[in-house]
Amino acid sequence: MNYSDLFRVTLPETMLEIAALLVLVADLAFLRKAGLKARVFSAILFGILGCGAAFWALQYSAGSGYSFDGALVLAQGGTALVAQAGILVLTALTLLILAGEDFTRHIGEFVAVVLMAAAGGMIVASAQDLLVIFVGLELLSLGLYILTAFAKTSGKSAEAAIKYYLFGGMSAAFLLFGFSYLYGLTGSTNLVEIQDALLSQGPSPLLYVAWILVVAGLGFKVAAVPFHLWAPDTYEGAPAPAAAFIASVSKVASFALLITIGASWHSIFQYSFNGDSGEYLRRLHSYAAIWSSTAAILLVVAAASMIVGNLAALAQVSVRRLLAYSAIAHAGYMLLGIATLPHNLTSPAIFIAAFNRILGANGTSNAVLYYVLTYGLTTIGAFGVVAVVERATGSDRMDSFLGLHKRNPVLAAVLLILFLSLAGIPPLVGFWAKFNLFAAVLGVSAGPIPFALVALAVAMSAVSLYYYLQVLKRAYVMPAVDETPIKTHPVTLLVLVAIAGAVVLAGVFPTLLQGWIEAAYR
Amino acid sequence: MFSNFHPNPVTLLAYTIYLSFAGALLQVVLPKGKNSLSRWLALGTAVAGLAIGVVAFATSIGQGLVTIIDVPWVPSMGIHFLLAADGISRVLVLLTGLAAVAGVLFSWNIERRVNAFFAFFLALIGGVYGVFLSFDLFLLFVFYEIAIVPKYFLIAIWGSTRREYAAMKLALYSFVGSAMVLIGLLAAYATAGSHSTGLVALAHANLSVSFQMWCFPLVFTGFAILAGMWPFHTWAPTGHVAAPTAASMLLAGVVMKLGAYGCLRVGIALLPHGLDPWGFSFIGIGSWRDVFAVLAVIGIIYGALVALAQTDFKFVIGYSSVSHMGFVLLGLMTLNQIGMTGAVLQMFSHGIIAGLLFAIVGRIVYERTHTRQLAELETMHLSKRLPFAAWAFVIAGMASMGLPGFSGFVAELQVLIGSWVANPWWTAAAGIGIVVGVAYTWRALQKAFFSDVPVHAHDHPHENGHAFAAITWPEVTGVTLLAGVSLAVGIYPRILLDTIEPAVKALLAGGAQ
Repeated sequence: MNYSDLFRVTLPETMLEIAALLVLVADLAFLRKAGLKARVFSAILFGILGCGAAFWALQYSAGSGYSFDGALVLAQGGTALVAQAGILVLTALTLLILAGEDFTRHIGEFVAVVLMAAAGGMIVASAQDLLVIFVGLELLSLGLYILTAFAKTSGKSAEAAIKYYLFGGMSAAFLLFGFSYLYGLTGSTNLVEIQDALLSQGPSPLLYVAWILVVAGLGFKVAAVPFHLWAPDTYEGAPAPAAAFIASVSKVASFALLITIGASWHSIFQYSFNGDSGEYLRRLHSYAAIWSSTAAILLVVAAASMIVGNLAALAQVSVRRLLAYSAIAHAGYMLLGIATLPHNLTSPAIFIAAFNRILGANGTSNAVLYYVLTYGLTTIGAFGVVAVVERATGSDRMDSFLGLHKRNPVLAAVLLILFLSLAGIPPLVGFWAKFNLFAAVLGVSAGPIPFALVALAVAMSAVSLYYYLQVLKRAYVMPAVDETPIKTHPVTLLVLVAIAGAVVLAGVFPTLLQGWIEAAYR
Repeated sequence: MFSNFHPNPVTLLAYTIYLSFAGALLQVVLPKGKNSLSRWLALGTAVAGLAIGVVAFATSIGQGLVTIIDVPWVPSMGIHFLLAADGISRVLVLLTGLAAVAGVLFSWNIERRVNAFFAFFLALIGGVYGVFLSFDLFLLFVFYEIAIVPKYFLIAIWGSTRREYAAMKLALYSFVGSAMVLIGLLAAYATAGSHSTGLVALAHANLSVSFQMWCFPLVFTGFAILAGMWPFHTWAPTGHVAAPTAASMLLAGVVMKLGAYGCLRVGIALLPHGLDPWGFSFIGIGSWRDVFAVLAVIGIIYGALVALAQTDFKFVIGYSSVSHMGFVLLGLMTLNQIGMTGAVLQMFSHGIIAGLLFAIVGRIVYERTHTRQLAELETMHLSKRLPFAAWAFVIAGMASMGLPGFSGFVAELQVLIGSWVANPWWTAAAGIGIVVGVAYTWRALQKAFFSDVPVHAHDHPHENGHAFAAITWPEVTGVTLLAGVSLAVGIYPRILLDTIEPAVKALLAGGAQ
């Protein structure tokens, strides 16, 4: 048990935890008599510093992961590094959105829970062992339940938290049950060893049961159909920064986990150069047999999420619920990327080439990470705008946005950019993320099913323009009911403008973010 | 020092795009209330774009495909910021410049949210220039989609009849069409090996015939939706009627041509085997070429007949646009030199003429009479009270009917000759469309301007009995510009044909050049 190695690898999480403790100490011990503004300022400041310190600490944890008994427990580099860096940036942005919010006086506790949940997310993103995955997921989820309930004077917040908690608890139970079956099948909780054992055993009915249970548990986290029912209520009831956090950081962590589980069948390659071609081909066929049905389940969930998410959003009147259903739809697009199976399994060379496309540059895991990071960024901005309008008008219904271009033109412009990006209009980053993802999916697997699903995804994207335009129509076209200007906290406005600018910049110069993600894989 | 510095003026064409978007951005940051400054800046931007287009056109006669700029954009996926212009592009850039200048001139009287209007207008123009100049499929698609959002806001905010419905319908139809194109784009890119999205590269990618057989109708239909092909045309009359004058001019004049251009540049050039015979035929239709040609002919006749039945002046023009775009699509489907040359010329010609028609109906007549109903206009005797409008519409009507001396005649004649070579029945049917075209134009002309219905004082609830507002200089300039161009091209079509013909020849010879 090499504790110094463990400490090195978990240095970022440690930084976050220390920052959380510092926030609590500062707020509870020193600032009891101070005004709310000072306490908010100090909490956010410590939070941002903590995220910055964790970001700096990433360089130490990158390089090699932490292994226990020879098996990798916490990976670094590649997916883990990108996801963790993304989580830290998105957490920092969520904390900045907190400025000017007045839903709670317990600001120190809020920021501390955010930081601790972010640490949980970081663990999830780098976990390679079932138990570590579960610990990380629970740390993340428990934090999110608490954050959802934070607006103590709002009945909706409490209702949302109860629904989220009950749903989440059940899903965690399913997940653990599925994990226990995987352990029972393979005798190990380490992902690589599990995959190794499964490949040599081949498919079995118990494996499919286990996989369905795991998909149920993880599908809840990413709000995929049919595990999505918590999302609209939670997005509606939770305080805006909490909803932004759920919509961004939690998604990044969950998709990083899905990529880890779905794409890291490394052990196949162990045999390719040992001269043991018989064993290699046997494992290849095992892989085909297992992954074709497990991928099929993911494809069904992805298609259902795209359809249900977009169609249900058409009927929404509350912008928060609209964002929730759109989150479900976007989860569908991303799951399409996760479910991609290399099409041609007839020869090892072709398989390896296709598989390298999954893992390497322009592969689907890169594309999914790019998508979820940019989606998280855009969603935080969207929730920031909704929060401002909500505070000024008292409700988040579409009609509260009437005449926004007159009441606060900068805010309206930010809303325009963010919603058009979510709809997938070029030259914004949302379009590039979609194009990249669909091109990657088609690049890995050709054939009628991937084509049909990409066609479905594009068609559903077209549907989504309608409901985003409904909100923009209120903001720009329809006459205002109330023309009093809407004031925003300067920090909030700055952050929102910065996010909108980043959305435009990343859309016009896609190689900026893409190049960085690819570099992290090398 | 500068003796070696001989840039090809054609490379200046990229600035049409940059200037338009810069102009749009400038409009956004202008302080509110400076309407006059906003208008003149917009006019300056549009004129600059036109000037660049004219210069590039004049200095490049005889040149083939000229690359303007080729910068790697996403190198790992083979996507380049590749702008290039062949003869077809240069002619259409010229059209866009003319439509932009005319559009700004005919929007001189807008008083509400002027900055925002010209910002959306110039952004739309920038997107259109971008589509015509892109030679990378991804870049073309980006500009194609960029053009959708300004259209929505232009109609929804400054439009008239049922504007919110019309704007949403137009935006959704366009977006669905571009979604179909995106699917085709992704499929073609992946099937060609995911190496490059350049039009030239994809044309030489040897996509299999079976792939082209399903990809071509998908991509062609996607673009043809925006070109107003029957039966996907219903967004067009609704949208054109609801849009403010300048937006109608742009929509009917230029944006519908985006769809036809996409059909040509992406559909026919990249996926030519999609037009091959299927091997079997059903009531005379044996290939996608036959299918789309028949749809085009139906569009010509249907558009004309429905225009004949309209009671709203602007709807007549709207449906006439559907009918004229049918000629463009028919010309494209002839797949011979003369037919396709006629199609491109018709794109230019109809762009000018539609702009002129919408300008007269929308700006000159409607803004003064406050009615577009032909029954009410009948009682107003506009030939005496608005003689400028009457004469302008006579000229525009003659051009629209295809009278020799105007550009429409040259274009439609070439399309008809080309379609006779391909299939005589198409020509016969299209000829019917021309006859009906004369009918609806004369009907509108007679009812709106030259009617004999006696005047009753209580018959005009909309006008106050006084003389109409005088014709302003922007209107005169705009009408003169557009009518003059149509006349010039009609009398001496070689100015454009010399550029179009070689480009069409090259396109027919080997995919995109």
